[in-house]
Amino acid sequence: MRTALWSLIVKELLANWRDRRNRVILLIAPMIQVLVFSFAATQEVKNVPIAVLDQDRSVLSRELISRFEGSPQFSEIIRLANVAEIAPAIDSREALAVLHIGQDFSRRLAARQPAQIQLLLDGRRSNAAQVVQGYAVEIVDRMNAEVSELGGVRDPPGLVVARTWFNPNSDTLWSTVPGLFAILTTSVAMMVSALSVARERELGSFEQLLVSPLASVEILAGKAASALLIAVAETSTIMLIAMYVLGVPMEGSMLLLYAAMLVYLLSIIGIGLFISALASTQQQAIIGSFMFLAPAILLSGYATPVSNMPDWLQTLTLLNPVRHFVVIAKGSFLKDLPIDVIAAHLWPLALIAAATLSAATWLFRFKTA
Amino acid sequence: MKTTRVASADRVRRILALIRKESRQVVRDPSTIIIAVILPLTLLFLFGYGVSFDARRIPIGLVVEDATPATGSFTASLTNSSLFSVRTTRDRREVENDLITGRIDGIVVLASNFSTQLARGDRAPIQVLVDGSDPNKATLVRNYIQGAWGNWLAQEAIVRGERFAPPISVEQRVWFNPEVASHHYLVPGSIAIILMLIGALLTALVVAREWERGTMEALLATPVGIFELLVGKLVPYFVLGMLTMALATGTALFLFGVPFRGSFAVLALMSAVFLVTALAQGLLISTLARNQLVAAQSTMISAFLPSFFLSGFVFEIAGMPLPLRVISYAVPARYFVSGLQTLFLAGDVWSVIWTSLLGMSVIAAVYIGLTALKTKTRLD
Repeated sequence: MRTALWSLIVKELLANWRDRRNRVILLIAPMIQVLVFSFAATQEVKNVPIAVLDQDRSVLSRELISRFEGSPQFSEIIRLANVAEIAPAIDSREALAVLHIGQDFSRRLAARQPAQIQLLLDGRRSNAAQVVQGYAVEIVDRMNAEVSELGGVRDPPGLVVARTWFNPNSDTLWSTVPGLFAILTTSVAMMVSALSVARERELGSFEQLLVSPLASVEILAGKAASALLIAVAETSTIMLIAMYVLGVPMEGSMLLLYAAMLVYLLSIIGIGLFISALASTQQQAIIGSFMFLAPAILLSGYATPVSNMPDWLQTLTLLNPVRHFVVIAKGSFLKDLPIDVIAAHLWPLALIAAATLSAATWLFRFKTA
Repeated sequence: MKTTRVASADRVRRILALIRKESRQVVRDPSTIIIAVILPLTLLFLFGYGVSFDARRIPIGLVVEDATPATGSFTASLTNSSLFSVRTTRDRREVENDLITGRIDGIVVLASNFSTQLARGDRAPIQVLVDGSDPNKATLVRNYIQGAWGNWLAQEAIVRGERFAPPISVEQRVWFNPEVASHHYLVPGSIAIILMLIGALLTALVVAREWERGTMEALLATPVGIFELLVGKLVPYFVLGMLTMALATGTALFLFGVPFRGSFAVLALMSAVFLVTALAQGLLISTLARNQLVAAQSTMISAFLPSFFLSGFVFEIAGMPLPLRVISYAVPARYFVSGLQTLFLAGDVWSVIWTSLLGMSVIAAVYIGLTALKTKTRLD
């Protein structure tokens, strides 16, 4: 019996391997994805074009503008000639923000009156706009401190200096790669398992499998095992690329990460096989996996923080395996997450894996009986 | 003369028959309903209501090593702010662990010499620690703490009867989206992703399916030409995509209160051009892939993920390295996302609209050209 199961696993692996295009897709695709999208998945805002309208044209206003020019966050400073040019600059997306310095800027400063400058931001990209606003305030605050000191006033400093933990240089790759690692792992495991039964059903080889001496649970176990092998191989490749090509540190224990990954992959494969058992064509299986992947990834805290979601939705995300694994992956790469914290995310994963695998088995039996 | 007219009438009849056949297949397959109705509504719901870039009640730890009236007043101003949910402690090790586990997003430390430093006007009497595993959030948290600190200093000065105003202050105005709600631009952006899925994924799958099952050869043995066949296959999905577009726009406007300041005619035109581009991409993928697993994965890599990562929908293109910025010009969603965000939030800005339409048309033409080339050689 054991040998029959083994030959099924071998057959599954061969089925995925035999076709040249399959091989390319399964092997090369995750590598390209991690290499390309690691650089894209950044929410860092830099090199953004901004525009300046300086109606004061004084030494002080020029000083302020030169500080914006000197900042690495802004790529170019477009000079505007008059107020009428502000709207087109933002409308056409030429500038993400316009800094407007009024005529009385230096006069008010000289008279020791507070001077106001205007920052107009493009709300079509309000997230980036908010970050730009942070940069602008920081530049202005620095100048404020110097202006006050020049005037002999020593106010308590308004500028807060922060230290950044876990990623001291705010290296973009450090933050994008661990999350992407979790997402790519998920999509590979999902696709391979979701298509496994559906493909045989569509191509008509499924009946042959059913009349073989294997019990339906064994067929499913064989499919799960081969999907697990493929996913582990791909995940290991991605992990190696992350560490040795992209230079992301592995602060935590790799053994622990692998243990968590196995449990996690089983939970995803359970869902994949469930969808596969439900679907009668590959198209249905693929669309079914999208139906799971898209919301699960969005609700994982990968692209936007879980803490920004409404409370009830945050509670609901506890059922989402991707969410737990994103925490474990980010924590293992960057933070040396303590074992009790990993455990706190691991037991929900184990429960989810048990639930999805039994659901898949039940549905598979139900549909084949 | 007469024979050509008969031939072209035949051609129209054949295409119509194919459209009818394909439409039936579309309507009968429950997975079409999932991808055309349920998935779009789920995504719109998530982008409109679930995920957001707008931080609310950021969990932070506040370490007060020596309680004085000054620290008490600052603590109160943080806890009273709706921006933070504060956990106060005397021992910084307690909250440091929370920062590691991610239960909090930042730590503010008021050291034991806080009050004396504050009185002397020393630099930075407060220390801030943020979680760099998400640099974007780290920056926002730091900015918010910075803001809270500035407000508190100003308040204290007023209480003391002093005039406190920084020499230069920044007045911020966010155009098109004054309440700075990220769902106002995430919802229009997500429509591009949804249409890409319908256009590229469905087409890639249905055409690859015919190759994989071997029914393509059977179809080609009939009097139907390859051109007629493809038009017949694509028209139903185009119609389906436009219907989903209408559904998504309606949901965005009426359920999620996203404003619409452009004109619907331009929206319809832009969506049509984008759908043609997506269909052409799906067609090209299926011609090359010829099996559904490969078609699905290729669509994922070349259509879905670029639409998500390289369109400026969630991630800012300007912040990416040069090669990716260049590649992004070949991603149709880049033009569509920028056009959608402009039509919904800003209005009919023609410079943006023309760039969008032109960019998408060029990409569509390239895809269609490549497909034509590839199909011809395959059939010879």
